[in-house]
Amino acid sequence: MSLVIEDPRVVEFDVQTDEMLVNMGPQHPSTHGVLRLLLRTDGEIVHECTPHIGYLHRCAEKIGENLSPPQYIPYTDRMDYLAAMNMNLGFALVVEKLIGMRLPDKAVHLRVFIAELGRIASHLVGMGAYGLDLGTFSPFLYAFREREIILDFFEEVCGARLTCSYLTVGGATHDLPEEIEIPDGLASLTGSKPGERYPFFDVIEMFLQWLEPRIWEYHTLLTRNAIFIKRTAGQGILTPEMAISYGCTGPVLRGSGVNFDLRKNGEEIYTSMYKGYDFEVPVAPFKDAPREAVVGDNWCRFYARMMEVVQSIRLVRQSIEKYKSATGSHRESFKMNTKLPKDEAYLETECPRGQMGFYVVGNGEGNPLRVRAKSSCFCNLSITDQICEGVPLADVPAIVGSLDIVMGEIDR
Amino acid sequence: MNIQEVHSILLEKFGAEIVGTEPKKATDSWIQVKAESIVDVGRFLKDDPRLSFDHLNDLCGVDYLEPDPKKAPKFGHEPHVEVVYHLTSMKYHHLLKLKVSVPRWKNDVAGQLPVVPSVSGVWGIANWHERETYDLVGIDFVGHPNLRRILCPEDWVGHALRKDYEFPLEYHGVRGR
Repeated sequence: MSLVIEDPRVVEFDVQTDEMLVNMGPQHPSTHGVLRLLLRTDGEIVHECTPHIGYLHRCAEKIGENLSPPQYIPYTDRMDYLAAMNMNLGFALVVEKLIGMRLPDKAVHLRVFIAELGRIASHLVGMGAYGLDLGTFSPFLYAFREREIILDFFEEVCGARLTCSYLTVGGATHDLPEEIEIPDGLASLTGSKPGERYPFFDVIEMFLQWLEPRIWEYHTLLTRNAIFIKRTAGQGILTPEMAISYGCTGPVLRGSGVNFDLRKNGEEIYTSMYKGYDFEVPVAPFKDAPREAVVGDNWCRFYARMMEVVQSIRLVRQSIEKYKSATGSHRESFKMNTKLPKDEAYLETECPRGQMGFYVVGNGEGNPLRVRAKSSCFCNLSITDQICEGVPLADVPAIVGSLDIVMGEIDR
Repeated sequence: MNIQEVHSILLEKFGAEIVGTEPKKATDSWIQVKAESIVDVGRFLKDDPRLSFDHLNDLCGVDYLEPDPKKAPKFGHEPHVEVVYHLTSMKYHHLLKLKVSVPRWKNDVAGQLPVVPSVSGVWGIANWHERETYDLVGIDFVGHPNLRRILCPEDWVGHALRKDYEFPLEYHGVRGR
């Protein structure tokens, strides 16, 4: 750009700066996958932050039109691959709602057990990866050490670690095992003999007892860390009105002080699963928040997630007790060629990242007429433009990281 | 509040021509709204203190067409496109489903996208959901501030969730199929 200066002496009093377009991603390590952010900056200050998505788009909704519901379950794994069990559950429930299927108690409590373990594993990644975004490496290693053991349990239960396809229409593919070999990671952490076989629920209890005190260690390591608080508290504030208008859900919404959790406030088919369970929904403001924290900032979103882990541990313990005394089978039969009625159903479930919704339209055939997957991260990401305005460039990863997005789910 | 009560409030305000004489029955019953009035109805649903539907859960399009002529007689729907709105009230925790029905092509000219007014001024998230619906189902949301493709590249041809969509054989030198 050419600038005509009449009197060279006035230059220093009239410094003209240009706005700059900075491209961040889609291969940037702190954008959690293939997210591309186009930033319009004035020096260090971000004026506009436009997310560009779709790099992982494979039109999973179209695939759903050509498959029967049980065949579609593996595709839901690959949406939010960090919480595959919860995604399976969401899709299985909406098909059950459509065909009016009710499950035996045993299958219901098995699902709660698996879904809450999945939530713990997912939030552990959320915590570890957020630490990485802010430049601290060690919480990530601790988080993955714990998550590894949960994945070992999933492997014992269904054979897969990441893309489980375990919860399916009508219950679950297998029943839980009676006894398992203690996972190597857990054996070395608890000082047990590797390779020893124990009853399944005893190993789970061993793990939970080991995990519970660790959560408070994470808080001393990360949550109460002075640098972490400086980077997160009072930054990226999302007001409750904006959160609701932009469809934010899950920990992002509750971090903004809106008490809404589908496990308590959802539709009957979903809340009935959690009937008789005793748990709390952590909502900002938190009593033990640092002085600098404001409702709706990065810190509150992060802390809401961490407090959910504590509640999920409680839920896992309760579900074990209920599963042991439950009657019935772990699954109702659902034949591959079952015709879906000429009807439609929509259901949202509380996944770790927010409310994941599935909408299935049947038309008297085995394959649905339309499958719609409403992504929670898609809605959570849509506010980046609003809350990144006017922040320094270095805070953009801190804000985007606090939303805890998974691109597989956004792009579908 | 159940759908019957919501519908009677809407009926009183807008009349049967816009919201129909009664809700349509299904597993999730819905209210069929005339396309031209969806913004007024949406704003009323959000602002009325009795209803307060402040949260748009989902907005999506459904294409009703059976491209296979052998199966077409049993299909049971006239060819058309629907936009489906799922709403929640964060205050009262009640749910609502709205539907808008439009022809598959504007003026029945293939390639001209049907028109639905945009509700992005009512619920913020509708901005992205409408972009996605435009991208994949091919509906022109009039009044949208930035109606661009969101998941597919800008130069993509066609709308993938249309039932008569033809998969491209080639994209910038990359072979499809």
